[in-house]
Parts: sequence; C-alpha cells; structure tokens
Amino acid sequence: MAHITSKPKQRGALRQQPFDSSAEKPQFPGASAEFIDHLEFIQPNVISGIPVYRVMDRQGQIINPSEDPKLSKEMVLNFYQKMTLLNTMDRILYESQRQGRISFYMTNYGEEGTHIGSAAALEPTDLVFGQYREAGVLMYRGFPLDLFMAQCYANADDLGKGRQMPVHYGCKDLNFVTISSPLATQLPQAAGAAYAVKRENSNRVVVCYFGEGAASEGDAHAGFNFSATLECPLIFFCRNNGYAISTPTNEQYRGDGIAARGPGYGLMSIRVDGNDVFAVYNATKEARRRAVAENQPFLIEAMTYRIGHHSTSDDSSAYRSVDEVNYWDKQDHPISRLRHYMTARDWWGEDEEKAWRKQSRKLVMEAFERAERRLKPNPELLFTDVYDEMIPPIAKQRDAMWRHIQQYKEHYPLDLYEK
Amino acid sequence: RMTMSRALMHFNAASRATNPPLTFTGTEIEEQVFIADTHCMNVSAGPTQKMNLFQSVTSALDNTLAGDPTAVIFGEDVAFGGVFRCTVGLRDKYGKDRVFNTPLCEQGIVGFGIGAAAAGATAIAEIQFADYIYPAFDQIVNEAAKYRYRSGNMFDCGKLTIRAPWGCVGHGSIYHSQCPEAFFTHCPGIKIVVPRGPVQAKGLLLSCIADQNPCIFFEPKILYRAAVEQVPTEAYQIPLSQAEVLQEGSDLTLVAWGTQVHVLKEVAAMAQEKLGVSCELIDLRTILPWDTETVCKSVVKTGRLLISHEAPVTGGFAAEISSTVQEECFLNLEAPISRVCGYDTPFPHIFEPFYIPDKWKCFEAVKRMINY
Repeated sequence: MAHITSKPKQRGALRQQPFDSSAEKPQFPGASAEFIDHLEFIQPNVISGIPVYRVMDRQGQIINPSEDPKLSKEMVLNFYQKMTLLNTMDRILYESQRQGRISFYMTNYGEEGTHIGSAAALEPTDLVFGQYREAGVLMYRGFPLDLFMAQCYANADDLGKGRQMPVHYGCKDLNFVTISSPLATQLPQAAGAAYAVKRENSNRVVVCYFGEGAASEGDAHAGFNFSATLECPLIFFCRNNGYAISTPTNEQYRGDGIAARGPGYGLMSIRVDGNDVFAVYNATKEARRRAVAENQPFLIEAMTYRIGHHSTSDDSSAYRSVDEVNYWDKQDHPISRLRHYMTARDWWGEDEEKAWRKQSRKLVMEAFERAERRLKPNPELLFTDVYDEMIPPIAKQRDAMWRHIQQYKEHYPLDLYEK
Repeated sequence: RMTMSRALMHFNAASRATNPPLTFTGTEIEEQVFIADTHCMNVSAGPTQKMNLFQSVTSALDNTLAGDPTAVIFGEDVAFGGVFRCTVGLRDKYGKDRVFNTPLCEQGIVGFGIGAAAAGATAIAEIQFADYIYPAFDQIVNEAAKYRYRSGNMFDCGKLTIRAPWGCVGHGSIYHSQCPEAFFTHCPGIKIVVPRGPVQAKGLLLSCIADQNPCIFFEPKILYRAAVEQVPTEAYQIPLSQAEVLQEGSDLTLVAWGTQVHVLKEVAAMAQEKLGVSCELIDLRTILPWDTETVCKSVVKTGRLLISHEAPVTGGFAAEISSTVQEECFLNLEAPISRVCGYDTPFPHIFEPFYIPDKWKCFEAVKRMINY
C-alpha cells in the first residue's frame, strides 16, 4: 500500500519566521496580520453575506451558459428519475408509517437536488458519511428499493440486521457509512476517515453531510478544525433547509449561516442554491477535484427548504404556515426546475412524465409489498456483533433468553421472526 | 520521628524533579508504589531491556508503527513526545504523517480516531488525562461501541485504541487523578484494560491495538516512572479478558487492577505476617469484558472477597464484581464481600492521603472479614 511521504506546501499554517522586533509587523505566533491603529470591530455581515451560487433560475433556465455543466441527456434524465423515484418512495413509506406498518419515517421533500447533484459529482469509491436526510445519495449510487424497504421494515433482508430505526441506512458496497441518530458525530469521523484515505494515496475523497442544526454541535466545530489542521481530502456538505425540527435558522445561529464559518477554520467555502441540481453538481465536482489534488477540506452550504415535516413524529403546521411551505413546493422545487430544463430541450414531456410516474410508483409498490411479506430477522441477531466475536457473558444471556422464550413462548411474537 | 505517607512523598519528589528517573529505596519511603512481580513472567522469549512504564508504552507503539504501515498515533502534544513522554522519538522515526498533534478537543480526537479506524487505519488516540475523556463520551459510547452492531457488521472501528493516563499520582487532585473506568463498563461494545506494570502494559497495549474492537487503555500515571522492569523489546501480546492470579491463597481473595494491585500485594504480605491469613491476589487486568471465571473460582475456594479501587465506591466497578460473585458464589461466601474504595467525593488535593484506599484500610477490612 503506497503512502504519501511528501505533502503540498503549508497552507494557512503560520511559517515560523525568525522573530524580528525591528520590523513593524506583528510577530505573534498566533496570527500574521498587519497592525491597525484605530479601534474598529468587525461586523458580522449577515445582510449581504456570502452569495448563493446558482446555474439555473427558478424556471430552470440557464443563467450563465459557461456554468452549464452540459451533462448528457442520459445523465440528466437519470437525475430526474432518481429525484422523482425518491419522492415516490417517500410518499409511500410516509403513508406506511401512518398506517402503522413501519414505526417511523423521514421524508426528503424539497432536498432531492442536494442529494442527486452532489452524489453525481462523486466517484463510487468516495466514502460518504450522512446524517439522516440523504437517502437520494444512496439511491443515486444504486441502493435498491428492496433494501431501503428492508431497513425501514427491519426485516430479514435488512443489511443492518434490524437493529436500527427506519432511515438509518448503510451500505458497505456503496461506500455509505451507516447512519446514526446522534447529530454531527459523523463530522470528526469523516475527518479521520479522510486522513486515512489520504495516507492510502487512493485519490478518494470523503463526503460528510449534515444539517444546519447539527452544525451547532461541538462535533461540527471539531470536524471543521481537525479537517483543516490535518489537511484532509474532505467535503463538508451542509443542507441548510431552514429548520431543525421546529427551530428556525434565526434561533440556530446569528452569523451568516454555515458557509461563513468555514474561513474561520481555514476551509475553502461556498454557498450554493441547493434546489439547483447543476449548481450542487458543479460545486461538488470542483470541490472534489481540489480536495483530492490539494489535500484540503471544502465546505459547501447548500441552501434549500424542508418541505416535509421533520419526521412522522412531527406536524410542522404547529410552527410554520402552509403558505410558506407551498411557496417552496410550487415556486422553487429542485424537481420542477430540472423538469423545465429538460422540457425546454425536448428531452421530456407529458407522455414521458405520465409513463414514468406510473412505472416508478409500480416499482415502489412492488418493493413495498415484498417488504411487507418478509419475516423479521432471527432474534439470535439481537446478540451478535456487539464485539467481533461473541463473548461469554453475552452468550450466557442469549441462552437465558431462549430458555425464557421457550417457557413463555405464547407471549412473544415468534411467528413474525425467522427461525 | 514521623514517617511520610506515600502521597506526600510523591508530592515532594514529583514537584522537584521532572526529568531524572526517581528511584525508591526502602529507607526513603514507607510504602512503595510499585512492587515487582516475584515470579518470572514468561511473556516472551526474546531479549529484554530495563524499561519504566512510559518506556514500555513507547516500545509497544514503536513495534506497532514498525509493523503496521496504516498505524497512526495522535492527540494533544504527542508530536514532541507527550506530556508523559510516551511517544518520545516516534515522530522522528516514523514521520509527521504518522505521529501528529491534534487540536485541543477530545471529542474531535476520538471522533477522528473512529473515522480513521472505520476507514482501515490502526488508530491510536491519546487523551492527555483520563479526567478529560468526558467530552469524548458520546463518541465512545454512542458511536465507537455501537459501530459494528448498528451497521449489521458492515462497518466497525475495531482498529481504534484510546490511551489515557489514569489514577492518583500524589498531587493530582480533582482533575489529574481520576479513574473513570466505571462510566465505560456500562457500555457494551468496548473493551477496557488497566496494566499494573511495564511488562503487562506493553503486552496488554499490543493486544488492545490488535483487538478488533475499540479499546480504552488506562495507564496508571504514578507508575510511569516508578515501575521499572525488564521488558521484552520485541512485540508480544498478553491476552485480554484474562485475570491473573499473582499469588495463590486459601483464606481470602483480593481483587484489584492498576496501581492498587501493588497495595494489595503489601496487604497480602501483612495478612500473612500479622494474621496468618493466606490471601489469593488477582489482577483483573481487563475490566470489560471481565474474567468472571477466575474470580468466581477463587471465591469458591476462599469464601471471602475484597475488591479495592481508587474510584469512588458508589457505582464503582467493585459493585459489579460484588454483585456477580454473590450471584454465582452465594453459598460459598463466609463473609459479606468487602469493597475498599475511594470515598464518594471528588478526588481531593491536600486530603489525598486520607482519601486513598491504602494498605491500612484494606488490612482492616481483611481483619473484619476473617473475624466475621
């Protein structure tokens, strides 16, 4: 395994100059700016903050042709179909929770562009750390509907062996690290993974998704700082969707969003229109190229809007107006903007839309019905994988459980589980 | 004339000298912090070298970096050698991409380590003092410990080892003396190991590094200089989850780990000499998962159990041992199980000599148990 021995020129870190008190420059090791002789506080610039990069307007028209990535029809159609398939799967699984078939669900409504645009800009071998609202990334990479359903139903096909709540997906083959509920824990982990990947010299990048709420956690600060000081090939991708459950952004932070924090850590940073799949694609593609070439982290803040409730345990009408939600659903939706782009080029029309809606719904319903019929995993799997090998105390407890179940079997739903 | 207590002796000695190794003779102090094993520990056949505990840690890390190209060591101040000198020379020898400082952030250090391990690197994280491990508690308990289980074994951070200086040091007070193992024993999915000396430290640390589960390795800081042994220079492993019977006996079982093992060595000698009581001394070594079989087998034989640790008694790991032993050996017990531990207070500064579970407290407990 090859390892990097040389490294790019020092960046951001202060070079140790010999101290020279005759020079009228500050000599402090901690910062190398100029002196200033009048008192002036830096104003946090939230009014005209970091601008939002976009390629298409809200009607799907290219604004600056040189920014059009000019992707093939096949690729663009795939973007569209993945976003809409995700949307269809979300509708059916949300409904299935409401009917008591699964215990919990989180939809991705309105954020499909952030998933597909960024996923398309990565290589399949790039390692992805997510938060919980990035199912489209996994879908883009080819995670089958059956396995999404298996995880949500916690049935015997679940790669996670039925141990976690719905939407806590993971897939080793697709390089998507299993989701966990604690927020922002993935940020320093992504930095560590990127460091390891850098040492392998494998030209891979690590991508770390999180929301603007999770960005308030201490782990986010840790992740940003470590990635910069340790020069990690890492893309931090923040989905700023306006809400952390019921908490709006003006109660989450007072600065200029998440992008403005990047420079404070020494991170290359950009803010993009998250509902513009091409803007997301372009930014991620360029960040990836440079992160790998220069071994430095990038921060992309994708502005978007969470059209759905936080989860099936939430009713967002308690804290926001229907009008606000409708604006985003009708006037600035990543799926419609891309559809306008496609129809303008005669790549898509009413007939294709009708046919695809029918087909995507059929695909989702068939997977749904299969998942419904499948048994749950063997309860043996309650006890395995705590350690790499079974340890004696856990084995004893497992045996005790089975003896108990044997004795009281009519009180346990054994028929629902594999034997 | 008044003899100095162990704690005050260390207070003076440690505050005067920072670099030269401290040697202890019988005339200088009343108690020794470290008592060498009397029987020959045949852990490895190869050549040995006199090493103190921090040097034995360096040796283990040296062996690891030499043999495993993915191995990296990181934490606060490890680059120049570490505040306890455990990583001296390693950066020069193996390169700055393998031995490096991190920002001052324990949640970041452990989170970073988890990610590096999950991506396939042997990640050895140093937390500067066990007292500062708590910011990393979420990463350890919610993430590292559950990584394999929650992912259906698709992902794991088994290549992660966390090292931290641990335990009383004579003057460490509230935030440089803690023994936090009990917080973590309540967490399935990690392993916790505490060595009693250099030979044990190197072998156990190498086992932790090789083990495919995230491990926390607590290093008794008072033994860093005070404990000196002939330690094999080549790599060797001492098995985890195996307690060690250091001395066989018939009347009473003594259990401890780390520094306290040496206190109990003295207690066993005192019990024999003054009471004619034959003690069986067990070093638990791995706290989680712990070797219930060795301890229970001993208590079945002796009928009496005394467990001692510096950490506060309530909720301390002695409670878990006690509970299991009374379940498994109830009818064998001749006396209630005794716990001689720290008080339920924060670890005090000037009152350390009164706080610690010293040999007199343990001896008194032995007497009570024998006379029960």
